[in-house]
Amino acid sequence: MTHFEYAPAPESRSVVELKESYGLFIDGEFVDPLSDSYLSSVNPATEEVLAHFAVGSDADVDAAVRAARRALPKWSKLPGSERGKYLFRIARILQERAREFAVLETLDNGKPIKESRDVDVPLAAAHFFYHAGWADKLEYAGYGKNPKPIGVAGQVIPWNFPLLMLAWKVAPALACGNTVVLKPAETTPLTALLFAEVCQQAGLPKGVVNIVTGAGATGAAVVAHAGVDKVAFTGSTAVGKSIAAAIAGTHKRLTLELGGKGANIIFDDAPVDQAIEGIINGIFFNQGHVCCAGSRLLLQESIAEEVISRLQHRMSTLRVGDPMDKNTDVGAINSLAQLQRITDIASSGDAEGARRWSVDCALPERGYWYRPTLFLDVTESHRIAREEIFGPVLAVQTFRTPTEAIEKANNSPYGLSAGVWSDKGSRIHLMAENLKAGVVWANSFNKFDPTSPFGGYKESGYGREGGVAGLASYLVQE
Amino acid sequence: MTERIEVRKTYKLFINGAFVRSESGRSYEVFSHDGEFLANVAHASRKDARDAVVAARAGQAVWAKATAYNRGQVLFRVAEVMESRRAQFEEELRRTENVSEKKARKAVDNAIDRVVWYAGWTDKLAAIAGANNPVAGPYFNFTVPEPTGVIAIMAPQSDSLLGLLSVILPAIASGNSTVVVTSFHRPIPAITLSEVLATSDVPAGVVNILTGDFSEIGTWLAEHSDVDGIDLAGVPVGDFATKLEALAASNIKRVARPFTGDWNDEPSLYRLRQWIESKTVWHPIGA
Amino acid sequence: MTTAAHLVHLAASDLEDARRDEASLRSFISRLPGVDKVGLEARAAALGTRSIKTSAKAQLIDLAIAMVDLTTLEGADTTGKVTQLCAKAVTPDPLDASVPAVAAVCVYGDKVADAKAALSTHPRGAGINVAAVATAFPSGRASLAVKLLDTRDAVDAGADEIDMVIDRGAFLSGRYGQVFEEIQHVKQACGQAHLKVILETGELQTYDNIKRASWIAMLAGADFIKTSTGKVPLAATPANVLLMLEACRDWHRVTGEKIGMKPAGGIRTTKDAMKMLVLVHETTGDEWLTPSLFRIGASTLLNDLLMQRQKLRDGHYSSSRYVTND
Repeated sequence: MTHFEYAPAPESRSVVELKESYGLFIDGEFVDPLSDSYLSSVNPATEEVLAHFAVGSDADVDAAVRAARRALPKWSKLPGSERGKYLFRIARILQERAREFAVLETLDNGKPIKESRDVDVPLAAAHFFYHAGWADKLEYAGYGKNPKPIGVAGQVIPWNFPLLMLAWKVAPALACGNTVVLKPAETTPLTALLFAEVCQQAGLPKGVVNIVTGAGATGAAVVAHAGVDKVAFTGSTAVGKSIAAAIAGTHKRLTLELGGKGANIIFDDAPVDQAIEGIINGIFFNQGHVCCAGSRLLLQESIAEEVISRLQHRMSTLRVGDPMDKNTDVGAINSLAQLQRITDIASSGDAEGARRWSVDCALPERGYWYRPTLFLDVTESHRIAREEIFGPVLAVQTFRTPTEAIEKANNSPYGLSAGVWSDKGSRIHLMAENLKAGVVWANSFNKFDPTSPFGGYKESGYGREGGVAGLASYLVQE
Repeated sequence: MTERIEVRKTYKLFINGAFVRSESGRSYEVFSHDGEFLANVAHASRKDARDAVVAARAGQAVWAKATAYNRGQVLFRVAEVMESRRAQFEEELRRTENVSEKKARKAVDNAIDRVVWYAGWTDKLAAIAGANNPVAGPYFNFTVPEPTGVIAIMAPQSDSLLGLLSVILPAIASGNSTVVVTSFHRPIPAITLSEVLATSDVPAGVVNILTGDFSEIGTWLAEHSDVDGIDLAGVPVGDFATKLEALAASNIKRVARPFTGDWNDEPSLYRLRQWIESKTVWHPIGA
Repeated sequence: MTTAAHLVHLAASDLEDARRDEASLRSFISRLPGVDKVGLEARAAALGTRSIKTSAKAQLIDLAIAMVDLTTLEGADTTGKVTQLCAKAVTPDPLDASVPAVAAVCVYGDKVADAKAALSTHPRGAGINVAAVATAFPSGRASLAVKLLDTRDAVDAGADEIDMVIDRGAFLSGRYGQVFEEIQHVKQACGQAHLKVILETGELQTYDNIKRASWIAMLAGADFIKTSTGKVPLAATPANVLLMLEACRDWHRVTGEKIGMKPAGGIRTTKDAMKMLVLVHETTGDEWLTPSLFRIGASTLLNDLLMQRQKLRDGHYSSSRYVTND
């Protein structure tokens, strides 16, 4: 027998040229912030400061919204075929600069390079391609004979898929004739700023896309600005609720893509090896920083012990570490704050009597890391079974019958995703029909496509992104 | 010979398919447009709203399980029963809304036609709001519209029949259940509608009708965690509507804002779409 | 006896039951968990993106060379051809003695004696096995008697390993018992020779079938399970290899026994071979990273491995001029 180890296979970071500091992207130009205030973006795998970026103040947001308003009449009246061509250009440039985006995303976010390379960036380009084609076909989408853009869209996106969430927001907004003020997350602003360069490169008219970096206050200013007609937010349910309350009584339209606590349900007739992969993919993809993560594993009791044993074995093959290494499966936790949050909720699992099992792997000395972890003996009332952890922590429960699986899966204020594993077609459909979740992955998990609507039931939000249903979020609905 | 004394009726609430008094024991008097006493009607309390939500939650499960064809049949039946009661509806509209005989007839025509229109949508909505999505991979991927759940409805205050139906029907056509707070001053057509519903085949709990004051029970419904959506159609634009919308954020309720148009206009799909959730299902393709 | 509908958890007693009679075997086989094609292929493809660099690559190239079953299975095979093949097997790179010898040469039964003779002339030849394909290879369309005779013939000629084919016709018509018993008989006929059981994945068509055939072969006494004859497309695809390695892994979980695995057919490049070894590393684990448990059936692969090895050694790309043609 040979002991084999993968040699380090680091992706080169030389493809990325970072500036020391970035201004705001308003009216087609990078400008210094009126606030004169900056934050720094840190590589969570090394704690190294990557760059400084501007913090948009109310006045900066106002300038951005004004730019978007100025651009709106011309952009919304541009023939759809012409708008579409701009989106095609953006899509192409994203493909051409794919490696640069992937490397930058991994540096800024901490996700494994293989994910930013194979998932985030290709999907972002695909979203622009898909929506480019809609721009001149909106009257066929089923939203009336003369569909109209809503106006200026204020979009606030999270740090877990920075470029992809930008694409989910910007592509449909532009295709439908809206203009945009986008606020990236404060821990991951860099690919959005690189995207601003792409907008310049594509010759996108000034003011159609404006990117205002900053923290929560900047996002709140975007949401609150009277010149914004449409708010689109992806992030936590708590912030989503405050946004929904804040825009009450205004003319603003709102779509929300919020938290989740997805159940991944494994029946005794599941294709078990693929189910194990599905469990792994469901919770450890992107370090579990996924709103639709399969963070609750529901195992049919008769196979629970065996599946757990196989799952633990499989977990121990996960390669945790340097996100820039092409063979890394699980990268860094995005921020110290998030690491603390994961640590806190997971500790409640210990305190409440669940049994913790973690992969015994070496972790880098610097950076923010959390071992892939599962909790056994979890009950419905444990915090780890109810709250979104947004990290690589899986809560394992069991069930006996399909009815019990449905009840347990649906026993949550969230309703974003669910997985079902079974070789029996009729059972799959029964489960799919009864699960209160916006996306049901049957014998699969964490699959995404621009043609496929994504979004939640209940407190996971409202509105859809992707597909025909996603267009409704950016066209006037009356 | 003395004149016969009319039997005056105290109308009840319609909850879970049954006519019940308000648990508060309260009622209030309703008058015609020219001030003539019409009836005593139950004055719903927050506890009545609470009971109605429980009934709606149970009824919704039954109603959503019915086939779309069956829901369509049931709604057509509602139109049939309304047709047989049209004289009563016309009379009530004349007295409450101060409209001519002709206009009342037209209003009832429109109302019945609207029921028929929505009845036809039950088994077509999935074709319009659903999709087969051509994802770039070996997956069968489809999107289906499903009902949102329990919808609280603040019914229009003036257009007491057509407006009422125009907010109830888009919710129930797709399989939602409803808790309706009627027009405060013009509740009689709603009460008659509840009698229609009771004698048609709409399952218990699907439509619950509360006569009363939305400014009293609206906040309870807006904040109720077991209500999934709220239609503010009948609430005037202003602070109270804003308050209800803000309260609705507590559990991310879907909100339809105050209605400022004319219910006589051809309806859009807005309300049908407002009370559905798109569910997308992925399944691999492979032998 | 296990009563669970689906054999997610296997016990040693389940395997004993399965061997009892045809009905028990059928019951066992039909209760094996299914295989989802898309998920299996996605996992295999994901492992295919593993990046093998520098020291890891050097290590795996030498390992792959040592795992090669250097094969010639042509109607035109002659003593001369087999002799040349054996020379290549012993000294893959005549100019570099640090290159390991391959694991075995693989020939038709009537060429076993030629191979044994050729290997015996080399000092390193003793460490190289001779494998013979048998049982009416590649179609398997002959009576059991002929198949057994074919096997004994090769063993008598000195074959160290027998690569048999299963009766795909019997398998596809649901006669699992026949397939099982035939393997048992061939195993007996092998005596001391190791038995590799070829499933011919391209003819079984579905992953469920490949999984079932793997278990029948292991139950019947296979020392190795092997994908294909090399004569039918859809042979050693990454998904097929992953699936069969999972069967080996699961067998080991239940019995503690290690059954070997041999992909054959369509593995031509170093990259293909690296992917195979990655599958082993991440599925059964490193215990299988040895020629006694993992073989790669190939005819042209060896030269690509040699050229890649030269490139690593010399720091520039090599040419087919610098590898031998045998």
